[in-house]
Amino acid sequence: MRTFKMGGIHPQEYKLSAGIKIQDADLPRQAVIPLGHYLGIPSNAVIAKGDTIKVGQLIGQAGGHVSANVHSSVSGIVNRIEGAFDASGYKVPSVFIDVEGDEWLESIDRTREVKRECTLTPAGIIKKITESGIVGLGGATFPTHVKLTPPPGKKAEVLIVNGVECEPYLTCDHQLMLEKGEEILVGVTILMKAIDVNRAVIGIENNKKDAIALMQRLAKTFEGIQVVPLQVQYPQGGEKQLVDAILGRQVPSGALPIEVGAVVQNVATAFAVYEAVQKNKPLFERVITITGKSMAHHGNYRARIGTPLISVVEQAGGIPEDTGKIVAGGPMMGRALSNLDIAVAKGTSGVLFIPTVESARKQMQNCIRCTKCVVVCPMGLEPYLLMTQSERSMWKEMENERIMDCIECGCCSFTCPSNRPLLDYLRLGKTTVNKIIRNRHARK
Amino acid sequence: MDKLIISPSPHVHSGDTISNKMIGVFIALLPAYVAGLYFFGLGALIISVTAVLSCLLFEYLIQRFILKGPVTITDGSAALTGLLLAFNLPSNLPVWIVIIGSLVAIGIAKMSFGGLGNNPFNPALVGRVFLLISFPAQMTTWPKPVPWNPAYLDAVTAATPLALLKGQITEIPSALNLFLGNMGGSIGEVSALALLIGFIYLLIRKIITWHIPVSILFTVFVFTGILHYTNPETYIGTPVFHLLTGGILLGAIFMATDYVTSPMNPRGMLLYGLGIGVITVLIRVFGSYPEGVSFAILIMNAFTPLINKYIKPKRFGSPE
Repeated sequence: MRTFKMGGIHPQEYKLSAGIKIQDADLPRQAVIPLGHYLGIPSNAVIAKGDTIKVGQLIGQAGGHVSANVHSSVSGIVNRIEGAFDASGYKVPSVFIDVEGDEWLESIDRTREVKRECTLTPAGIIKKITESGIVGLGGATFPTHVKLTPPPGKKAEVLIVNGVECEPYLTCDHQLMLEKGEEILVGVTILMKAIDVNRAVIGIENNKKDAIALMQRLAKTFEGIQVVPLQVQYPQGGEKQLVDAILGRQVPSGALPIEVGAVVQNVATAFAVYEAVQKNKPLFERVITITGKSMAHHGNYRARIGTPLISVVEQAGGIPEDTGKIVAGGPMMGRALSNLDIAVAKGTSGVLFIPTVESARKQMQNCIRCTKCVVVCPMGLEPYLLMTQSERSMWKEMENERIMDCIECGCCSFTCPSNRPLLDYLRLGKTTVNKIIRNRHARK
Repeated sequence: MDKLIISPSPHVHSGDTISNKMIGVFIALLPAYVAGLYFFGLGALIISVTAVLSCLLFEYLIQRFILKGPVTITDGSAALTGLLLAFNLPSNLPVWIVIIGSLVAIGIAKMSFGGLGNNPFNPALVGRVFLLISFPAQMTTWPKPVPWNPAYLDAVTAATPLALLKGQITEIPSALNLFLGNMGGSIGEVSALALLIGFIYLLIRKIITWHIPVSILFTVFVFTGILHYTNPETYIGTPVFHLLTGGILLGAIFMATDYVTSPMNPRGMLLYGLGIGVITVLIRVFGSYPEGVSFAILIMNAFTPLINKYIKPKRFGSPE
C-alpha cells in the first residue's frame, strides 16, 4: 500500500467519533463571524451595525488576492463589528450578529437532491468559488480560487483530493465522505473542470475502510476519478507528503505542488465547491468533530461559522470533568485554547479535550542524539540541530539548514525520548528566518 | 477542571523515554551476557556486577557531590556503560582494575564532558582502552572457555584466536566454535550467535538502524577478503575469521552504535562504519595490537561532529 517515503510516525488513532452521524449544531444566540483568515488579508465588512442579515448574505468582501469573501451563517441583526479572539490567540475583526430565526437567501437551493450536471465554464466555476468564499478546509484555509489559478506557465496534470485525515481523533472528513460521498465526487469533477485535468486521485488512509469502499464504488460512476487507499502514516495529509504518496513525486523546496503538476484539495473543500457551484450556497458552515477520551458524547456536528465553540460543546454533553487542555483541531497540529468563547472558523476541524494527566509536558532531558527526530522528519531536516541553532539565535545557519521547509507537523517533538520541545524552537526559528527573508526581499 | 494548560502543538507524545531505550539495549545484550556467563562462569559474573555497580556509584557521587545537580542514575545509561565495559574485559581481571576502568569511563569520558548526551567518546571504550594501555598484561590474557567456570582469578588462560594474525599461535577453533563463542576473549564478545540475536532485537525494536553495523561488517569483510585472496600466505585471516573473532561484532552492534557518539543520519552512519572497518583491519593486519576495534571506534568518534557537519540527510524534494 502506498504512503510517503520519508519520515513519519504512527500515533495512536483514537478515532472515537468515527461512524457517528453528522448532527446539526444548534444555532447560537449570537454568531461571531471572523472577517480575518489565518493566511492572507482580512476581508472588508460590507454591512453596518443594525443591518438585517439573511443566511448566506455577503458580509465581508475579499481584501485582496489572498483573501476570501465572508458570508453570514445566520439571520438576524448586526450587533457590532469588532475584534474577537480566534484560535491563534490573536484578535481578528469579526461581525457579531444577534440571531433571529433562520432565514436563508432565496437563491440558495436547499433541496437534498444531488445535482451532477455542471454547465459552467472553468472561468465561471472559479468565479463562483471566489464569490462563495471557499478556502481550504483542511486547516490552512488558503483561498481555493488562488490554488485553482496556477501561476503563468504552469499547468496541472492531476487533481489530488485529500481524504487522509491523518490527525488522531478527528473524523469530520471521514464522516462527510460517508454521508456526502456523491456530492464530494461531483465537487471533484467540478474542480477537475476548473483546472482542466481529466484525472483525479482521492487518497484515503486505510483506517477508513468503509469510506474507501463507498468512494470507490461511487467513483465508478464518474469519469477519471480514482480512489487510492493509503497506509496509515502521519503527516500524510500534508500536501507534499500526499503528492509523494500518490504520485511518487517530491515537490522541491519552497515550491508548490503545481511544480510537479498537482493541485491538492481537501474532501471537505470539494463538498463546499459542490454546494457553491451546484446549490448556490456560499461557505458558511462546516463539519467539526467534538471528541476526547473522557467525552460523554463524541460527535460530528455541522456547525455554522461563527458559532461559539462552547455552544457546540454543550450540545455534546459539556466539558469533561478531567479536562486539562482544550485543543482546536487535532492533537498533532491543533492549537491549545484558553476558553471556548472562540467561534467556529472556516479552518476549525474540531475540538479535542485532553485529560489533565496527559496535558502537561514531561520534564525535558539532555539530547542523547538517538537520531529519532531526524528519522521521523518527513522533510529530511535535522530537528536536534535546528533546535540548538534556534536556542543560540543562529538564524543564518538555520536558513542554510532549510528551516523554511519545516511543515510544523510535530513528529520530532512527538517522538523525542528526552521530551525536548523541538518544534517550539523550530517554529521560533522559522518565524524569525521568515521575517529576515521578507526584509531582504523588501530591500531589493 | 481547574486550570487549562496552554502550550504549542504537538499535544501528544509517543511515551518513549531514555530509560525505555536503555532497557531495550539491556534486553538485546542479554543473550551475549548469558553466553559470557556460560563460557567464563564466576569471573564474568563478578566483573559485570562490579562494573555496573561501580559505574552507578561513580555517576551518583559525581552528580550528587561534585556537580550538585539532579541525580539521573535511574535512566539506565550508567548501568549500560558498566555492562558494556564488562563485556570488553577478560573475565579474570582483578576487581580493583575493573573499578578503575569504571571511574575512567564515567568520571572522565562521560561526566567531565557534561554527562549523558555530551560525551564525544564512547565511555565504555575509553574505560577499556585506558585499562588496555595501563595494564597490558592483565588485559590481554583471556581465560579458556569452560562451561559455568567456577574459577575466577586462577582460571586457566588461552590466547584469543586473533593472535593467529601475529604468528603467536597456529591453531584456531573450528568455525562453529567461533560462531558459538567457544574461544578465549572478553566476556561479551565471544558468541557471534548471541550478539546477532541481540542485533535482530535492536532492529525489530527500532532502537538502532542497520547502517552502522552493516557498514562496519561489510567493510571488514571486503577489505580482509581483498587482502586474503590476493595474498593468502601473508594475510592468513579469511574474511569469515575476521568477522567471527575479536570484538568486531560486539563493537559493530553495540559499541559503535552508541547514540551519543555516532553520526546523526544514515549517510553519515555509513561513512562512519566504513572508517571503523578500515581502521580495524589496518590495526589488526598491520599494527602491533592483535585487536583494533576499540581504537577504530574511538578514532571515528572523533570524526563524528565533522561527519554531522558535512554529511546531511537526504532532504525532501532534493534531486539526489
